[in-house]
Amino acid sequence: MIDPRFVLVLSGVLFALGAVGVLLRRGAISILMCIELMLNAANLAFITFARLRGGPEAQIYVFFVMTLAAAEAAAGLAIVIALFRLRGTTDVDEINLLKW
Amino acid sequence: MAKLIWLIPVLPLLGVAVNGTLGTRIGKRAVGAVACGTVLLAFLLSCGAVWELSHLPEDARHVAVSLGEWLPLGPLGSDGTLATVDWGFALDPLSAVMILVVTGVGFLIHVYATGYMAHEEGFARFFVYMNLFMSMMLTLVLGSNLLVTFVGWEGVGLCSYLLIGFFYDRPFDTRTGLTCADAGRKAFIVNRIGDFAFVIGMLYLLSAFGTLDYQGVLAGVSAGAGSHAMLVAVGLLLFIGACGKSAQIPLYVWLPDAMAGPTPVSALIHAATMVTAGVYMVTRMSGLYAHAPEAMAVVAVVGAATAIFAATMGITATDIKKVLAYSTVSQLGYMFAAAGVGAWTAAIFHLMTHAFFKALLFLGAGSVIHGQDGEQDITKMGGLKEKMPVTFVTFLVATLAIAGIVPLAGFFSKDEILWGAFSSGHRVVWAVLALAALLTAFYMFRLTFLVFYGTHRGDRHVWDHAHESPRSMTVPLMILAVLSVVGGWVGIPALLTGGRDINVFHHWLAPVVGAAHAVTQGEAHSASSEGLLMAAALAVALAGIGLAFAMYQMNRGSAERVAGAFRPVYTLWRNLYWVDELYDAVVLRPFYALSRWFAAFDRWVVDGLVNVSGILVDISGQLLKLFQTGYVRNYALLFLMGVVAILVYLARL
Repeated sequence: MIDPRFVLVLSGVLFALGAVGVLLRRGAISILMCIELMLNAANLAFITFARLRGGPEAQIYVFFVMTLAAAEAAAGLAIVIALFRLRGTTDVDEINLLKW
Repeated sequence: MAKLIWLIPVLPLLGVAVNGTLGTRIGKRAVGAVACGTVLLAFLLSCGAVWELSHLPEDARHVAVSLGEWLPLGPLGSDGTLATVDWGFALDPLSAVMILVVTGVGFLIHVYATGYMAHEEGFARFFVYMNLFMSMMLTLVLGSNLLVTFVGWEGVGLCSYLLIGFFYDRPFDTRTGLTCADAGRKAFIVNRIGDFAFVIGMLYLLSAFGTLDYQGVLAGVSAGAGSHAMLVAVGLLLFIGACGKSAQIPLYVWLPDAMAGPTPVSALIHAATMVTAGVYMVTRMSGLYAHAPEAMAVVAVVGAATAIFAATMGITATDIKKVLAYSTVSQLGYMFAAAGVGAWTAAIFHLMTHAFFKALLFLGAGSVIHGQDGEQDITKMGGLKEKMPVTFVTFLVATLAIAGIVPLAGFFSKDEILWGAFSSGHRVVWAVLALAALLTAFYMFRLTFLVFYGTHRGDRHVWDHAHESPRSMTVPLMILAVLSVVGGWVGIPALLTGGRDINVFHHWLAPVVGAAHAVTQGEAHSASSEGLLMAAALAVALAGIGLAFAMYQMNRGSAERVAGAFRPVYTLWRNLYWVDELYDAVVLRPFYALSRWFAAFDRWVVDGLVNVSGILVDISGQLLKLFQTGYVRNYALLFLMGVVAILVYLARL
């Protein structure tokens, strides 16, 4: 069996990649994908802990997260499409009306 | 039927409900019928109740009805009894006199008003106010405790305000630039001063006796509860309230301006009923005043001073209604002087006869005004007895009555007051009142001669159109004229009947004021001095009439010469002693200055504090807004930093 620490480190790396992506990417689609990456990094951590503890609770959380991710993807993509129709771009730096 | 007395104030209230909701749709005839009908019903019910009352034994003539508890006040009074205030109504000989006068004279004036107001805008509104007034006035006189009376007291004040300002868009006094609405406000505000004292007096009574019930309070007083100083204080406070409502010095200034209202209002509210509420209340509390001789002395002095003071202003007034207004103030002073010397029966007697002849005078004046297209200046009248025979005759009857000519109503009541003042040892009060009687006879006949005799001095056009008033107006005049003649016959002194006691009015009121009379027993009657005084009163009245005849009838134009000879006095009276100007300088201007100071404090200090806090919020907002860049990545970064910070914090623990 793989040492769970390696898996947790992988999860952390994936999460960091996602977070950096969210902060640095400009395309809305890319940001959504990065968020998916962060969610799945969390899932990986959950599974690892479930394995360590032997209980079902963490696995149930994973299902919740997956459901949430699906809903997030649907709503997020719908917003991106609406945004694109309205502004002709998905560059989040162009979408900055909500400032002082 | 006496148990139904609570219905008496409710009946006119029905008129208010009907005319208030449907008045503009059902037409003037129906409005008038509803308004007069409800008052007539109240009058008939009153007659029935009083009839029943008169068949009770003399010491049992007190019917009380409670419609339930109003205010449970908890333990109060010296013995800590539970105090409550009920919606209580009570009928006794005093309130019986009042409800008969109020509903009887009120009904006649309502009928008159249907004719007088026929061509005016706001016909329904007028009768809504009038009916509301009737309801409130009846609540005032029927209330079995001071608080219910006070409800009526305030209610009539409100109706007075509404009706004085009835022609709210018309100017009233061109000299002072007062509008009718201003006159209404003035009446209302001056009355507030008196009402304030009234409320404090009630609170004193409540704390001392634990009840506001008239019977409870008076029983407590005669049982010796309450210190002497407290009784005097309460007596004075209640009298200040009466001063406001009944237009006595120093709060009389509103009544002359109250003439801005339509004439039936002046007759009903500002002559016959509301302004006598103070006299009624003082008489109602006679048991308390009898134990507070200092307060009674103040009442007598203020009353006598007002009687003469107002009479002098009546001499020089040229507005027909203002002459009558000053006359009313003067006659109210008479009543208070009577109450102050302990002649409470005489006060109520004069209240009743005054209601008859003063209502008649006002309605007659209204008829004169109505028949001359609204002209009120007596210097532009004259010779109207040909054009208005009914108005003239009835007006003359009322003038003779108020002047005190035997055997009209005013003679008996005025004579009784003068005798009361003299026999109780108040010789100065008597002398002042006798002088006021001379002036009364003089200015009333001056008015009569200027209006009805001689030749017309006004616009030719007005003279050609001058006409007698319709029957709805003249019939009430005739009925009131009859009452002005016979109204005094219920109180004929024994002296004139060869010792036979037919003074039913005295016996009727004895259960109410008897206790107070027993405390303030004056000197024993002496027939010779009483007869002498009666002759003197009559002589004084005749002298006044003769003087008026000499100046305004026999020798026209001599009035100007007399005025010229006494120029300073004339100027003083013509300008009403500059009392309004004095109040303006002493009360109003300092008050305005204080108000301006408070306004400045409010603007700069109170508003300033609020503004400073607003400015602080604004500055912090200006700083915080810099975080709102609009770039979603900035928000995400802050979000991440926040999460990291929380994690660091939790990990540290």
